[in-house]
Amino acid sequence: MEATLNSIIAAAAPLVIATMGETITEKSGVVNLSLEGSLRLSAMTGFVVAFWVGHALVGFGAAAIVGAAIAAIIASTSIRLKLNQIAVGFVLTLLAADLASFLGDSFVGERGPRVPALPIPILSDIPFVGKVFFDHDLVVYGSFLAIGVTWFVFYRTRAGLNLQGVGERPEGAFARGVKVNTLRFWYTVLGGAMVGIAGAAYSLDVKLGWRETLTLNLGWIALAIVIFGGWHPLRVAFGAYLFGALQVLAFQLQDVFPGLAQVLPIAPFPLMIIALVFVYSSGFRRIGDHFPRLRNLLGSEAPAAMGTVFERE
Amino acid sequence: MGLATHDIRKHFGTIRANDGISFTIESGSLHGILGENGAGKSTLMKILSGFYEADSGEVDLDGETLDLRSPADAIKVGIGMLHQDPLVFLPFTVLDNFVLGSPGPQRLDRSDARAELERVSGELGFRFDSERLARDLTVGERQQLEITRLMWLGAKVLIFDEPTTGISATQRDQLFLTLRSLAENGLIVLFVSHKLEEVEELCDSVTVIRQGKVVFEAAMPITSEVLVEKMFGKVFVEEDRDPAPFGAPVLELSRVTIEEGTTHIEDLSLSCAAGEVVGLAGLEGSGQRTLLRACAGLLAPSSGLLSVDGNNLNKASYRDHLAAGVHYLPAGRLEEGLVEGISIAEHLVLTSEDTGFFINWDAADEAARQEIDDYSIKGRPSSPAEALSGGNQQRLLLAMIPDEVRLLLLEHPTRGLDVGSAAYVWQRLLERRSDGTSIVFSSADLDELLRYSDRIVVFFAGDVFAMRNVGETDGEELGHLIGGKVRG
Ligand SMILES: Nc1ncnc2c1ncn2[C@@H]1O[C@H](COP(=O)(O)OP(=O)(O)O)[C@@H](O)[C@H]1O
Ligand SMILES: [Mg+2]
Repeated sequence: MEATLNSIIAAAAPLVIATMGETITEKSGVVNLSLEGSLRLSAMTGFVVAFWVGHALVGFGAAAIVGAAIAAIIASTSIRLKLNQIAVGFVLTLLAADLASFLGDSFVGERGPRVPALPIPILSDIPFVGKVFFDHDLVVYGSFLAIGVTWFVFYRTRAGLNLQGVGERPEGAFARGVKVNTLRFWYTVLGGAMVGIAGAAYSLDVKLGWRETLTLNLGWIALAIVIFGGWHPLRVAFGAYLFGALQVLAFQLQDVFPGLAQVLPIAPFPLMIIALVFVYSSGFRRIGDHFPRLRNLLGSEAPAAMGTVFERE
Repeated sequence: MGLATHDIRKHFGTIRANDGISFTIESGSLHGILGENGAGKSTLMKILSGFYEADSGEVDLDGETLDLRSPADAIKVGIGMLHQDPLVFLPFTVLDNFVLGSPGPQRLDRSDARAELERVSGELGFRFDSERLARDLTVGERQQLEITRLMWLGAKVLIFDEPTTGISATQRDQLFLTLRSLAENGLIVLFVSHKLEEVEELCDSVTVIRQGKVVFEAAMPITSEVLVEKMFGKVFVEEDRDPAPFGAPVLELSRVTIEEGTTHIEDLSLSCAAGEVVGLAGLEGSGQRTLLRACAGLLAPSSGLLSVDGNNLNKASYRDHLAAGVHYLPAGRLEEGLVEGISIAEHLVLTSEDTGFFINWDAADEAARQEIDDYSIKGRPSSPAEALSGGNQQRLLLAMIPDEVRLLLLEHPTRGLDVGSAAYVWQRLLERRSDGTSIVFSSADLDELLRYSDRIVVFFAGDVFAMRNVGETDGEELGHLIGGKVRG
């Protein structure tokens, strides 16, 4: 049991980081649709750079730059050239995915450095809890931090309120003196960097090495989790862990039902949709009417200005 | 001491929205900015509040020239604006709306902010539940929230852009009280409106703007005649009712029952002859819209007979109604009548009778130019529908009515229009009537109903409540009937 929970948390860590990044981006009103391609290209870049240098950390840095650069293209073409974010994001998805396959081809099968395990002293000795939460590596602790910081910034700081205002009603934020497009640009870049880090986590931490199918479909899943998570960091994190759990479960069941080996790996996808539909249902939201404190958590409204261009006049 | 502008200019494409505007306003006064739709009032106010940057010109506050590049600059010097549609964040709480954009440490101290909200709103005589969502507030309460916020930020100049649109009469009275007390406390209050009566009722002084220029400045009171003339550059004379006799019946309803939601119009018999105007009165949602939609063929009556020019249209489709010469103009000009993102020329092509596969754009442009001239629409053939002001959208809709119309169905034909545009709309409609078209229209404006209808049908609670010929009733009786009371 402990071991299963431990592996779910570890397996979900990159998805948590990626979905937090996308939540930040979308909350500011920009859709970075390129996740499928960004994850793949950054997973490849992270692995190759780490392989050359012999150091995992450098790989993460390179991957973050790749993710941030793709995000910067989406943000700047939207803000400066008023291009449609969805169209640009989709084209970048295809481009980045193909580029990853092409550039990474000769590295398939190589083994690179890995992120060292780092059980936290004392905390990891706590029975059960210690094993589940504190016997991991920096990537997993980073995913915890991503959830906590995102939540705190969103709901406890002025910056977070401004961020949400920009995504909800940019004219309103602008009229209150908030620099709408500057914030949108940098939050999109930050979100993209987090997606890049998530990509590297797949090739340097979750599974060692690079192959084309390493992050297959996970970008799309991340986008769906953000939507069903109602753009709330905690609910989005819940979605990411749910998916991680389904993946681990499917993996373990493969031994029990070898006949289903073809079906089980894809089972998490439809199960995920069913689970999220429930969370998305209006009954869920109605609970929020009775508990105002939970309203943010249970609501599932998209930032109203998501995907739009803000022009002053 | 006061606020002054010098030669403010601002253009959008070829439209000169502000064309050299200069005026001066003393502190402690309630100043009206009056002008018809599209005169350039909102543009000027957005420049004063830093939302737009002027092309040229200068703004002085208390003798100092301001450098207004963004709303942040304006807030810093104490200029705050309530936009035409209050710019609140609907899914956020009242409290979050209050603090968003305010200066202070990164870590939000909500209990501190709540105390401030209570203090400032208390001083202004407002009450808020800080945890409610802005979505659940009325437009009037959203305005109060914005006033509270701007006062908290230290506003010395408060701009209200058409604040009475969309609020109830009581809220309007309360708003006016607030505006007066703000001015008495030494603030400069700018009250922007296209409604004459409001400026007359409220303001100490007035600036009239027409086509981007200041055409008149004076201390109140000024007679309405003068203000109307300044606003529109001409005087309106009420036309006498043209006593042309009615022709044969066009629309005939006999014992028609129509159901839609809570509306249940039962056993209605009504006819409207060629050249007759029937007005539909009643509170919003009392069934007028349902009747219009049924006559337009958008809703099938559950029983009874509906005919136009003797053709039975009972189960007929919308297309059949069109073919029978029925034309419907819904209230939602941009939602139901026009297509956003499509130009004037394209609208006219869409509704033209030309059915060829290819479109001759040169001819379409020429035709559009002709209609733009005919209907004095302020726009170009390539202007998208949403860029037009309400009055010009209505003119475009009028231009789109085919020539051979037998029955015109209009929902709130002049809602949101200024006096000039409304008069124009009716001038065109009455021309149609003289050509023998029947007109059925709904309106919330009793004067409009009494002035233009030959017969008035009053709706109450989803059914027809009373019918009056226009000579036999007056505004007072109509007011009672609309409320479901027969004058005793
Ligand atoms: N953002 C904009 N882009 C293009 N044209 C605009 C814009 N804002 C206003 N206009 C045009 O400028 C003129 C003045 O508009 P506005 O200032 O809104 O008038 P008012 O508030 O007096 O009704 C109108 O013709 C309007 O169509
Ligand atoms: Mg305006």
